[in-house]
Amino acid sequence: MKQLLTGNEAAAEAAIQAGCRYYYGYPITPQNELINYMAIRMPQVGGTFIQAESEIAAINMVYGSAAAGGRAMTSSSSPGISLKQEAISYLAGSELPCVIVNIQRGGPGLGDISASQADYFQAVKGGGHGDYHLIVLAPSSVQEMADLVYDAFDLADKHRNPVMILGDAQIGQLMEPMEFSKKPREVFPLKDWALTGAEGRKRNVIKSFYPIKGQLEEFNAHLQKKYRTIREHEVRYEAINIHGADIVLVAYGTSARICKEVVKKSHQSEFKVGLIRPITLWPFPEQVIKTMSERVQCILTVEMSAGQMVEDVRLAVEGKCPVHFYGRTGGGVPTSLEIMRKIAEVVPSNLIDKVNRILPLVEVK
Amino acid sequence: MQSLYKKPKTLIDTPTHFCPGCGHGIVLRLIAEIIDAWNIRGRTIGLAPVGCAVLAYNYLDIDMCEAAHGRPPAVATGIKRVHPDHMVFAYQGDGDLAAIGTAEIIHAANRGENITFIFVNNAVYGMTNGQMAPTTLLGQKTITTPSGREPLNYGHPIRICELLAVLDGSSYLERVSISSPENIRKTKKALEKGFKTQREKKGFSLIEILSPCPIYWRMDANESMRYIDEEMTRTFPLGVVKDWEHKN
Repeated sequence: MKQLLTGNEAAAEAAIQAGCRYYYGYPITPQNELINYMAIRMPQVGGTFIQAESEIAAINMVYGSAAAGGRAMTSSSSPGISLKQEAISYLAGSELPCVIVNIQRGGPGLGDISASQADYFQAVKGGGHGDYHLIVLAPSSVQEMADLVYDAFDLADKHRNPVMILGDAQIGQLMEPMEFSKKPREVFPLKDWALTGAEGRKRNVIKSFYPIKGQLEEFNAHLQKKYRTIREHEVRYEAINIHGADIVLVAYGTSARICKEVVKKSHQSEFKVGLIRPITLWPFPEQVIKTMSERVQCILTVEMSAGQMVEDVRLAVEGKCPVHFYGRTGGGVPTSLEIMRKIAEVVPSNLIDKVNRILPLVEVK
Repeated sequence: MQSLYKKPKTLIDTPTHFCPGCGHGIVLRLIAEIIDAWNIRGRTIGLAPVGCAVLAYNYLDIDMCEAAHGRPPAVATGIKRVHPDHMVFAYQGDGDLAAIGTAEIIHAANRGENITFIFVNNAVYGMTNGQMAPTTLLGQKTITTPSGREPLNYGHPIRICELLAVLDGSSYLERVSISSPENIRKTKKALEKGFKTQREKKGFSLIEILSPCPIYWRMDANESMRYIDEEMTRTFPLGVVKDWEHKN
């Protein structure tokens, strides 16, 4: 059954459907619909909802419930996510599965409350201390928000790793028809490591402290091995028209929606625009980008930031073709016309006539 | 032959990392004795702080969880919500509970979380070699108060029990010490009362234990115990501060 929901509400309900029964949050715009929804919904399913005293307390409550074997979630927006970084590092270091939703807003500092993608580095490169990775999923529609939040709990449990949903104000507050197509989760993976009371077994200890020389290096080797497995098996992306494309755009989330518009417009001309939309930002879909870069004339990365994901695109491309960037910051959202103009600016001169013929198609809108 | 004194089963037989004369060993032993006597090893979950007692999980043979510095009250909240019928306790030092984790302890108390907090107050940061704690006495010399703590620059010692007593959510608050066998017995009674508060679902309990740190007080063990009795208790008077069974 189709419903009309905001991305924030869809994320909340998808968590419930995935069996999340522990939600801890703190109000911050633009993710308030999520915490508000949970306040009503959690008691209906016998779950726990706490409005914590801070973002820090909320994520540490998640830490506790995850350690105790529950499916737990918190959500916030950029400044609040910064506060959570300490515990995120501890969660990674203690290998605790949980889901953290970041509905990004403009920064740095208090910034503003409009959509932004400027937390990419923080999410993907590790905003906290130490060598660790989150699995980072980037929805670009309300439907995908629901689907990815549901999957996030399974991914977290499968790899004993925190998962971040990296949305933005646009995806969080947009209303779209969507449906919960997956069955409510009732059976969960066994967690024999969890804190349940040591009745009839050896005790379990959840910790990230390894003071004896050599142990921490050994533990890090274990983490790196796990991250390699995740890199090999969990990459997700959407590729549109990349075969025979004159230029390929790389964008995620809200930026990718706008890029899709450009791809659609280019159908009506002989200038072919393709799109690679990373769905997992970590692990990053580097292989498809690398392969594509060997066939295409140039790449344009589009982001609502001053240029963050573009660094990973360049690392994947390894200089095989030029990688250009177009970004808007501080709550600015790129338009399809801006993107077309940027394409016209960066394409090799032999393609410029083709591009100029499709520019009017975009400008009509 | 009746055995009068032996190592509690819940206390792991291993050398400790604590300094000579430290009070943590006494407190951990008391916890182990109660877990044995109440036969609750399989239904108890403990939290270790960051600070001297971080390795508490090396000594207690129960399910245990580490928490970031100051965050045990929030982590314990998350655990207790998953296992509401288990005994959940957090073991915290003065830096953990009364400095970096002040917000977390106040709000756990304010929510009336049905958890027992064991607050070991030795008025100094031992783990990081002897800096001022929020509970350092006025005039007390530490590495970061080399001329003694004076209130103008360093503020006053924080009385946590009295601070939490004004919150409607707190149920049982008592300050004890481990300066003598008699006081150790009283400490055990207070810990039992804390666990009883939780078992009967009466809400938030905190036992503040004045404990010696001979190394960073630069005293011997006997002097340290005298210091607790003669100096510390003047700022931190012993006794019940709040009790749900005896409301005034």
